[in-house]
Amino acid sequence: MRGLGKLTKTELKLFLREPEAVFFMLVFPLLLLFVFGGIWGNEPSPYFHGLGFVDWSTPAYMALIVGIAGLVGLPVTVAGYRERKILRRLRAAPVSPLTVLGAWVLVYAALTTLGALLLIVAAKLAYGLRVPGDPLKIALGFGLCTLSFLAFGFLLASVSRTARVANITGLALFFLMMFLSGATVPKQELPETMQRLGAWLPLTHAVELLQGLWLGEGWGEHATALLVLSGVLIGSAALSAKLFRWE
Amino acid sequence: MAGRARSQAQAVVRVEGLTKRYGSVRAVDGLSFEVYEGEIFGLLGPNGAGKTTTVECLEGLRKPDQGSIRVLELDPWTQGRTLRERIGLQLQEAALPDRLKVWEALDLFSAFYPKARVADGEELLARVGLLEHRDRYIGKLSGGQKQRLFVALALLNTPELVFLDELTTGLDPQGRRAMWRFLEELRARGTTIVLTTHYMEEAERLCDRVAILNQGRLVALDRPERLVERLAINRRLDLELAEASASEATLNALQSDLERVPGVRRVEVGPDGRISVYGRGERLAVDVLGALLDRGVRVERFQMERPSLEDVFLALTEEA
Ligand SMILES: Nc1ncnc2c1ncn2[C@@H]1O[C@H](COP(=O)(O)OP(=O)(O)OP(=O)(O)O)[C@@H](O)[C@H]1O
Ligand SMILES: [Mg+2]
Repeated sequence: MRGLGKLTKTELKLFLREPEAVFFMLVFPLLLLFVFGGIWGNEPSPYFHGLGFVDWSTPAYMALIVGIAGLVGLPVTVAGYRERKILRRLRAAPVSPLTVLGAWVLVYAALTTLGALLLIVAAKLAYGLRVPGDPLKIALGFGLCTLSFLAFGFLLASVSRTARVANITGLALFFLMMFLSGATVPKQELPETMQRLGAWLPLTHAVELLQGLWLGEGWGEHATALLVLSGVLIGSAALSAKLFRWE
Repeated sequence: MAGRARSQAQAVVRVEGLTKRYGSVRAVDGLSFEVYEGEIFGLLGPNGAGKTTTVECLEGLRKPDQGSIRVLELDPWTQGRTLRERIGLQLQEAALPDRLKVWEALDLFSAFYPKARVADGEELLARVGLLEHRDRYIGKLSGGQKQRLFVALALLNTPELVFLDELTTGLDPQGRRAMWRFLEELRARGTTIVLTTHYMEEAERLCDRVAILNQGRLVALDRPERLVERLAINRRLDLELAEASASEATLNALQSDLERVPGVRRVEVGPDGRISVYGRGERLAVDVLGALLDRGVRVERFQMERPSLEDVFLALTEEA
């Protein structure tokens, strides 16, 4: 893992120099917050188990941040590095693929955390966000979701020939998952077929887990979500270890 | 220059029967050669001859289909990462992020090598003429400046062996000559260098030995000057006789005399006492001038056209 720290720092610096690359990830959830928060406000209501709309949406939007990072951000970055032959040059130095992967996981984990913090602070200031759940559990759940989606993103990067392909595939998957996961339209409002379809999508489970932990529920009530997310994590990691290409 | 005793020299690269296919294309086809410690070894060949493929197999970046390769006693494919700690490589095609600065690239890559091996980045930048650009974004460098950066990166780990794939492509004439001097210095310090190039004067000036590839096969391997001699390409000797010796009768007599000089193949007599002699061998000029002196002919001017590595290259790689 020699060079992991330096590579991570370098990649972070590159993001700071090219903030448009992460604009979507950091700003899109805020946009949702202010548009829907503006429409529905944050008055407590029985529909949201005695919480307000913003209280219920914030953990779901956190899941969206993770979704954007894993489905769009990471695969586009990695496929772009491969397409532009930057990965080739990295490999020419004695860099292990784990170092490269590790650096990107660290960078994107830092970015998703930043996105989540921005969202939480904005919701608190604008709508008086309430957090009934245990912050530590929420943080752990968020960490699991992040790892799981980043692993899936690495798999997408491994099978996408170019950055463009990665971008199109990633965005299509993201919007599909966004609408069917219950993150924007409450799940109970979807027709049954759509709900059943949604149950196959990992983002649905991320939303469910984070909303549950936010409300103060325990791990046991979300065993399925935990299982699915860990499965995606392990399966994607194993597959991309086989499929990853430097060029 | 060369001038080092080959008999004791160690082979740092041993290739035997290397074959690499891409689909139905045989990029490299049964290639065998050795590179000795401390030499500059050139790989020449037309576009698509298999130079890059060969070099990338030696670097452990491509898996050979057949054949055995040892580089610094390691197997490049299974021990690639260990090998790449000790060798330097400049790829024909590679890039770095546009928004990375020159010095940051060196700083980043320094972190990938064992500390003890890492050379002084500033000094390297100065050596390749990039010091004044150390704070610029790589995306803003010219093609030749990028090339220099990649050469610096290839030397960052003070490698025992460097592979340079078309290192002077894109460099201006001054830059190219500076690079030649740099490589000669490296060789003097004991670094072994394997390079590919399309510039024959470069190979002739720098390389102790060159291998010429054509369609994935080795067609020649020797010191450049030996290749030129061995191929025995016709040389041309242009002579201009003093006016007194240039009457038509003398010229015609001379033509048949010169045709009998050993090594001469053809004699062309032009107007105004000009004669062109085509022939082979190191002694061609001496023998022809001797024959003219014996006959009391006065020569005003003469010029010998030396065959070059380029002639050898063209002759050996001509399209069938
Ligand atoms: N990745 C690849 N996939 C398919 N074919 C390839 C690939 N790389 C090289 N080839 C083919 O292999 C042959 C040898 O290519 P190579 O790049 O080794 O030639 P080269 O001698 O380096 O040429 P040049 O002087 O143009 O750099 C060519 O016919 C080329 O088309
Ligand atoms: Mg090449």
